[in-house]
Amino acid sequence: MEFFVTLIQVFDSTIRLATPLLLACLAGLYSERAGIFDIGLEGKMLMAAFFSAAVAAVTGSVWLGLLAGIASSLALSGLHGLASITFRGNQLISGVAINFLAAGMTVLVAQSWFQQGGRTPSLFGGGRFTPIEFPFAEAISTVPIIGPIYSELLSGHSILVYIAFLMVPLTWWVLYRTRFGLRLRAVGENPAAVDTAGVSVVGLRYAAVAICGVLCGIAGAYLATALQAGFVKEMTAGRGFIALAALIFAKWRPWHAMGACLLFGLLQAVALRFQNIDLGGVVIPVQVMDALPYILTVVILAGFVGKAIPPRAGGEPYVKER
Amino acid sequence: MEKMPKWADVVLIPLISLLLAALLSALVILAIGESPVEAVNLMITGALGSTYGWGYTLYYATNFMFTGLAVAVAFHARMFNIGGEGQAMLGGLGVAMVCLYVPWPHWSIALLAACAASMLFGAAWAAIPAYLQAKRGSHIVITTIMFNFIAAAFLNYMLVNVMRPKGSMDPATARFPEAVHLPTLHELLAPIGINFSKAAPANISLLVAIFACFVVWALIWRTRLGYEIRAYGHSETGAVYAGISPVRITIVAMLISGALAGLMATNNVMGEAERLVLNSTEGAGFIGIAVALMGRSHPFGVFLAAILFGFLYQGGAELALWTSIPRELIVVIQALVILFTGALDNMVRMPLEKLFLGLRKGVE
Repeated sequence: MEFFVTLIQVFDSTIRLATPLLLACLAGLYSERAGIFDIGLEGKMLMAAFFSAAVAAVTGSVWLGLLAGIASSLALSGLHGLASITFRGNQLISGVAINFLAAGMTVLVAQSWFQQGGRTPSLFGGGRFTPIEFPFAEAISTVPIIGPIYSELLSGHSILVYIAFLMVPLTWWVLYRTRFGLRLRAVGENPAAVDTAGVSVVGLRYAAVAICGVLCGIAGAYLATALQAGFVKEMTAGRGFIALAALIFAKWRPWHAMGACLLFGLLQAVALRFQNIDLGGVVIPVQVMDALPYILTVVILAGFVGKAIPPRAGGEPYVKER
Repeated sequence: MEKMPKWADVVLIPLISLLLAALLSALVILAIGESPVEAVNLMITGALGSTYGWGYTLYYATNFMFTGLAVAVAFHARMFNIGGEGQAMLGGLGVAMVCLYVPWPHWSIALLAACAASMLFGAAWAAIPAYLQAKRGSHIVITTIMFNFIAAAFLNYMLVNVMRPKGSMDPATARFPEAVHLPTLHELLAPIGINFSKAAPANISLLVAIFACFVVWALIWRTRLGYEIRAYGHSETGAVYAGISPVRITIVAMLISGALAGLMATNNVMGEAERLVLNSTEGAGFIGIAVALMGRSHPFGVFLAAILFGFLYQGGAELALWTSIPRELIVVIQALVILFTGALDNMVRMPLEKLFLGLRKGVE
């Protein structure tokens, strides 16, 4: 029974930790499916985390914070679009620049606004997203097995967690069942064909980059206003890159992205709860858990187990023939 | 016909990009309520106003020369090596092993061995992404990013569980023996009567870095291998027709790149800290990207850009010390330089090309 309680707790924290990964991963999915590589997920999340926490701290409203987070992330998306779509620059270099811009600007502005060494004041009350309790969660929590699963695991997360998981079927539907989704996927595989059909490549790619910005904004706001209570320097801590890894792991597909993010979230949750894991004599050091998402991604990329093939036109600026 | 003269491509575009970055940085400083002019003054006196300041500027510049060269060599083969950070970390591990476990009679021999070990370890860390890119087509950018994180976890493990001296809480190796202490610029310049600051960490590995600039220049422009690397970088299909093996060039270029990034450890680990600590690279691997872009992937350009960034780093530290502007201002400047010289290159280039075409028509 004690084992079961621990299990529920670990899975509960898995869901919390997988949420920002999932949002960022789906963000990357839209962008990369449209042929725009984005290694700036980390930076966009960080920027959104800061502005959501800052605005929530000043106004006391977490919803205004969320909007500010999304807006700041969108601004960086616009920059990425300008560099990689309009000026046909190198998308990877642009992503690197965006990561550094966010890492520097957040601390600079935080110091200038709050003078607390690059952090925002702690959020409380209306400045944070509060857990949503499902109906009857309290009542059936004593029922064995089902009770804890319902009331501990499924109920009691912030609304952004549910939004993140609802985004998965929504993304699947948009990508595979709508005209926009078909065009989006086409523009990542063969932009010339889309152009020939009379659809704007530039417009589609900007739309994809904008969706990516919104989702990264939600991910960042979740980090600063739901998972934690305020912004601290470098708080994304490589999550943008884990999301990128999850995206490759999932081979750019929405349902698989959810699976990959849950897996990587589980690794984080386990690393957080147990330091070194003793498996009957063999001790797995915590650093192995830290490195595992990246090692798994390299293995998948290497193609020894089910090769990951990115969208064909990914990373290449589209030039109309003249 | 060239769209514009070579000097414009090599000098004018980086300068305009730098100017744009500086202008925006000035606006940022203004926006947080400080004076840009005062900030620049403070940075110049702090970084260049004393031999102490120069000592730090050159120390940082040494790091950036190594990582800048590493990125530049990969750029010549049209590859983007973001893994300089991880390769430099591993280079540090190599240096620490050589310095700790071998009793060296003199620093000069130890330096040679440390160079070899750091290059070997750095190259080894670049080898797997290189192999995967060459043979399996896995994107080098993604794999090198992943390898940075794996390197950080690996180093963490080595320092916490393996190399930490007994009884020490600090995740770091023991201090290196006195015999492998590298002469600092103070010790080098004192015999010829120049009084250089004793406290500054710049050391003889600066000369190694300058030497590496020459070697890379000779390699890229004066050897058959360098020609092949450049040919491959210009056109893969062209290179294949000329009998150049893409697999070989990809792997060799990445090994050289990794070795150069690893070499950085002779400066920060052996020359300055004299022990291996967590996060000893302090992001220098990433600054290499800005340095290589700014220096147009030419060793001389890298040399100049590294000194510029060394100045920015030392100046930024001084700013953080004396004003309320945090050190992260430098990260913003670095981001803007990468943005303008790298991603937004066409924004600067296109109007200039038009201008030069217009001028030429005017002359004819």
